[in-house]
Amino acid sequence: MASITLDNLGKVYPGGTRAVGGVNIDIADGEFIVLVGPSGCGKSTLLRMVAGLESISEGEVRIGDRVVNKVEPADRDIAMVFQNYALYPHMSVRQNLAYGLKNRKTPKDEIEKRVAQASEILQIGPFLDRKPAALSGGQRQRVAMGRAIVREPAAFLFDEPLSNLDAKLRVAMRLEIKELQKRLRTTSLYVTHDQLEAMTLADRLVVLNGGQVEQIGTPLDVYRRPASAFVASFIGSPAMNLISASAVPHLPGTAHAGQIGIRPEDLSVTPDGPIAMNVLAVEELGAQRLVHGKTGGERITITLPSDAPLSDSMNLSFRPDALHLFHKDSGKRMD
Amino acid sequence: MIENRPGLNLLAHATLILGVCIVALPVWVAFVASTHGPTDFMSGTIPMWPGPHLVENYSQMLGAGVSTSGTPPVGTMMFNSLIMALSIAIGKIAISILSAFAVVYFRFPFRGLAFWCIFVTLMLPVEVRIVPTFQVVADLGLLNSYAGLSIPLIASATATFLFRQVFLTIPDELTEAARIDGAGPMKFFRDILLPLSRTNIAALFVILFIYGWNQYLWPLLITTSSDYYTIVAGIKRMADAVDGLPQWHLVMATAMLAMLPPVAVVVGMQRLFVKGLVETEK
Repeated sequence: MASITLDNLGKVYPGGTRAVGGVNIDIADGEFIVLVGPSGCGKSTLLRMVAGLESISEGEVRIGDRVVNKVEPADRDIAMVFQNYALYPHMSVRQNLAYGLKNRKTPKDEIEKRVAQASEILQIGPFLDRKPAALSGGQRQRVAMGRAIVREPAAFLFDEPLSNLDAKLRVAMRLEIKELQKRLRTTSLYVTHDQLEAMTLADRLVVLNGGQVEQIGTPLDVYRRPASAFVASFIGSPAMNLISASAVPHLPGTAHAGQIGIRPEDLSVTPDGPIAMNVLAVEELGAQRLVHGKTGGERITITLPSDAPLSDSMNLSFRPDALHLFHKDSGKRMD
Repeated sequence: MIENRPGLNLLAHATLILGVCIVALPVWVAFVASTHGPTDFMSGTIPMWPGPHLVENYSQMLGAGVSTSGTPPVGTMMFNSLIMALSIAIGKIAISILSAFAVVYFRFPFRGLAFWCIFVTLMLPVEVRIVPTFQVVADLGLLNSYAGLSIPLIASATATFLFRQVFLTIPDELTEAARIDGAGPMKFFRDILLPLSRTNIAALFVILFIYGWNQYLWPLLITTSSDYYTIVAGIKRMADAVDGLPQWHLVMATAMLAMLPPVAVVVGMQRLFVKGLVETEK
């Protein structure tokens, strides 16, 4: 177990394309960090730089106290779980788990002990002698995690491990990963583009956009106080309503604001509310309903309880402290 | 086709049976000829059914050989052919899988050039470079040796290209997982690449074994001692009896024997062979 420090980390590809730049993250021992962002934001590149699969063009990666910029992946004391599992198809589950240990000259009885332990934790004991092709997606995912666990590494690196699973399994595995990490207390770095996965798993979130860190914070922090309009639109489902400030000129304190954001659940229906919305569509989610509409030229979404009355036009109100203001030039949060 | 019409089925079977007959007829004639006495094929009518001399002909070929044509017993020639075919097949696979490994997995200067140099040799089969190759082999003192029979035929662009394509289908994540698992390049090659290309190796082995076994021009050129005659070149020598008639019954018996090892290889490795050619998922 160890802390991981990314110090001004950057990646420039030959040819001059910059994938990642100036990333500073301090990951404490045992912390679960999720890197989240849209595709192409450099999150996987960042993870692969920590793993040693991608060379580092600027800055430093430290695992524990050791600078690992030039260290081979195998010697960094990390284990990685890949999106497509990357199990060795010609080896049985047992051999898959043992392969990394065997290469490290671990004594035989120690390998057996650790494989037995990991297969008990992940409940893959019955499949130990099967080949990966004979396993379902969820079982393969477990084996891939088992391969990481048996190594007892300083850190786990997850590269979108759940995106090949169907929705139901994804939710179940998400919880399992969370429980597993709580139990093993191994420092973890997890990459995903799914903001829900990011929110539920993370001790702290790192939101990336265009190779830059937009915000680092606990999930609730990021949700409640998004640092930029990008984070506001990316984190939270349904997404925050972002309205151009010029559409509501009479609002106080909005002189330099470019966009004004408000969460759909912070809007409520009141007969004399200041915002008049024409309802365009309603989505039923069971426990609640999402009402999409238009006010002025802006699209707006609110969440209502499923028994709330509906009509074609509604008046909406909000508490002033629920507003998020973003600067018109930088897009950064203004308070 | 999902159509289920008896007429079409009948037609399909008739076509297939006709095709089999066309392919099998010469083999049948050869077999029939190998079971008759020395004069039967000189009489003008070709017999279509086996004669009574099967055991006699084959035991003569396996034991003594044909003294008049200067060829050694069939056993010796079969052994020479086997050595040549095996060295060519195994040598080609070993060299091409290693060069494909280098080209696909290592980033070295002039990698593209190296690959294209290998690729260009496709245009230079033995027949094209036979005179210079003969000169080189002769200067190295390899005439009348197993090395001279096989080494000039071992370099293979086709096999390198095939293994390159196989390696390109193996996902990068697998390579990365192996790197994280602490497998160095040669360990990765041995533990991951070799087992994953097992079926392709088998398919290639079948093709290359037959290629090596059927070599005719090259062995004919570089073997002057009958100790190193291969069977395919030997059959030709037997049929070329200088004074006297060719002994067709013995030639055909030899031809039948010469067919057996390739058939055995194909039949024995059929399952792997087909798998290696059609399997795409890794």
